[in-house]
Amino acid sequence: MVDMVNRPYERAFEQHALANPDVLCISADLTSSCEIDKFRDNHPDQFLSMGMAEQNMMSFCGGLGLAGFRPFVHTFGVFTYRRPYDQLMASIAYPRRKVRIMGFLPGITTPGGMTHQAIEDIAVMRSMPNMTILETGDATEVESICAAADSIDGPVYCRVLRGSVPRLFDTPIKVGEMREISLGDDVLIVTAGITTEEAMRATRALEAAGVSVRHLHLHTIKPFDAGALLDHIGAVRGGVITLENHVTEGGIGSLVAEVMADNGIGKKLRRLGLKDTYAHGGSRAYLMRYYGLDALALTRGVEDLLGQPLGITEEDLAQARVEAVHSLAKAEGL
Amino acid sequence: MRNHQTTEDIALGIRRRVFEHAMRNNGGYLSQACSAAEQLAWLYNEELNLGAPTLPMIPKPFGGVPHADNPDYHTGAGYNGPFEPDLDRLFIAPAHYALVAYATLVETGRMAAEGLEMFNQDGSSVEMIGAEHSPGMEVHNGTLGIGLSTAAGLAWGRRRRGESGRVWVFMSDGEVQEGQTWEAIQACAHHRIDNVLAIMDVNNQQCDGAMDSVMEVGDIKTKMEAFGAVAVEIDGHDLDAMREAVKTPHEGKPLIILAQTNPFHTMPILEERFPRLHYVRFKSEEERARMNTSIAQSLGVDPIDYAH
Ligand SMILES: Cc1ncc(C[n+]2csc(CCOP(=O)(O)OP(=O)(O)O)c2C)c(N)n1
Ligand SMILES: [Mg+2]
Repeated sequence: MVDMVNRPYERAFEQHALANPDVLCISADLTSSCEIDKFRDNHPDQFLSMGMAEQNMMSFCGGLGLAGFRPFVHTFGVFTYRRPYDQLMASIAYPRRKVRIMGFLPGITTPGGMTHQAIEDIAVMRSMPNMTILETGDATEVESICAAADSIDGPVYCRVLRGSVPRLFDTPIKVGEMREISLGDDVLIVTAGITTEEAMRATRALEAAGVSVRHLHLHTIKPFDAGALLDHIGAVRGGVITLENHVTEGGIGSLVAEVMADNGIGKKLRRLGLKDTYAHGGSRAYLMRYYGLDALALTRGVEDLLGQPLGITEEDLAQARVEAVHSLAKAEGL
Repeated sequence: MRNHQTTEDIALGIRRRVFEHAMRNNGGYLSQACSAAEQLAWLYNEELNLGAPTLPMIPKPFGGVPHADNPDYHTGAGYNGPFEPDLDRLFIAPAHYALVAYATLVETGRMAAEGLEMFNQDGSSVEMIGAEHSPGMEVHNGTLGIGLSTAAGLAWGRRRRGESGRVWVFMSDGEVQEGQTWEAIQACAHHRIDNVLAIMDVNNQQCDGAMDSVMEVGDIKTKMEAFGAVAVEIDGHDLDAMREAVKTPHEGKPLIILAQTNPFHTMPILEERFPRLHYVRFKSEEERARMNTSIAQSLGVDPIDYAH
């Protein structure tokens, strides 16, 4: 089985913050939910409690940025942009303050329903000039998210995984790059965040069914290296498919579509994700199935893309261990 | 629909149901039952003027989100009765109090006990954070601080249409940290909206612990009055005080009852968990067993056989 790492953010943030005295830990009454409760208790001088008042918090962080600090804002992703959108724009993004926004529970990883699920955050942030967007898909990326975010000369929005997180990669995030997980030549699968693990499972089953898969994982969503993506699109015969824990408008599916259209690429594209719908409350596995965000949905999408049934069943996917793909990733030195 | 049971009995019944649920699920929003049971019992059993439920006693499964392709979509408001001009409406503004609100529906005969067993189950409409399609809910309030504003708008609209029914909001004290709460009171005062009434569970608690350690909010009553509400402070476990408070004249202004509560009222063992009471997840089987014995005794029931 794949390695599970417990609370990778907790250690990573502490390490980074202690090495960087201008980093401040900002919290909005979800301190333990964002794994910074030990940090608050052990390093109270570097911790600011802002209460449940996100609008004030965002402009306040703009002010901290103006004073030369690099605030790391911790709350659920959804609360970092829906209510305080205007504050985010005027106090942080426009003046390019070095505010590092750590958005926990991205997409349907929370059972809290519509009000807790950040399903359009990437679309919002992509359309915000000056904003950088990073997304974590495994424990190694969570461990490297603080340093990666803090290397940016301007504001950054990060989708952060919490709790027990699988380790899929063994190299840290290199901002601006993408991970090449497999390099086949029939279809190109592009994923980010939790959908990468799904695609790794699907890849095994697809390969067994005779489909040669090229799989890219995006941790840097903005800015984006269109050139590298174009090379990969050029390397496959059958088209491109994206799977995202997000609505299909404005996220990585749109990103790929834009790159293809901008460059006159005439290949087929399937964008999987939340299809113009809100989600609701439930477990992650249930919601991924309900909204078509899992490995099964991806294999169906590939069938649709290739116009041929592959006969892949749920059992085939259950048997597809991620570890095999993991070692493949290692072999390729990612 | 009213007074089959005393409001005291209903409050006790709410706590027993939430306790049983928390024991079976190794945790839950247990402290909110301690603080808020009287408030919700009083609203449903005495104060609210509601008709009989219009939705099935056993809640229907999740029926999709609002969408043009989902014409049968409806909210969970039918558990509070039909929309009639003379009837009241209720919003549960802090949607994480849903478990307590659902237990209230069961105790007041508005939902079957099976409904509570569907709590937080995949595919159920009885969601952990009350959604607008969840029993007894009419709008989404999981993002805190929006409930009073929606209620104010609904109240203004109902007044314009000549309806006599009131709009009630159950609020939490964490909500006063959000600026929107103050904007809502300001708008009510400006537009002389007095058919909106609220009762707030002032348990002095929020996710991170005691509110004073997270973000001090000062004197809520004084601030509310300065913004244009009539605010009355009471002991939130004293039903007579609630009955009196609601009689306070508030012409041209919203009435907000500040129910000062104890987050471990009737379950004294929960004090061990102070100041982290927002969501009580038992730390060990030993703690779970000890809480089970102690709370069962406090509530006058047998310990829950949660192994089965
Ligand atoms: C806008 C918004 N920010 C943050 C949250 C996360 N949250 C849920 S409950 C809560 C605590 C609020 O305090 P209160 O409602 O008084 O809770 P309790 O007394 O039950 O602990 C927070 C911060 C939220 N739901 N909405
Ligand atoms: Mg509270």
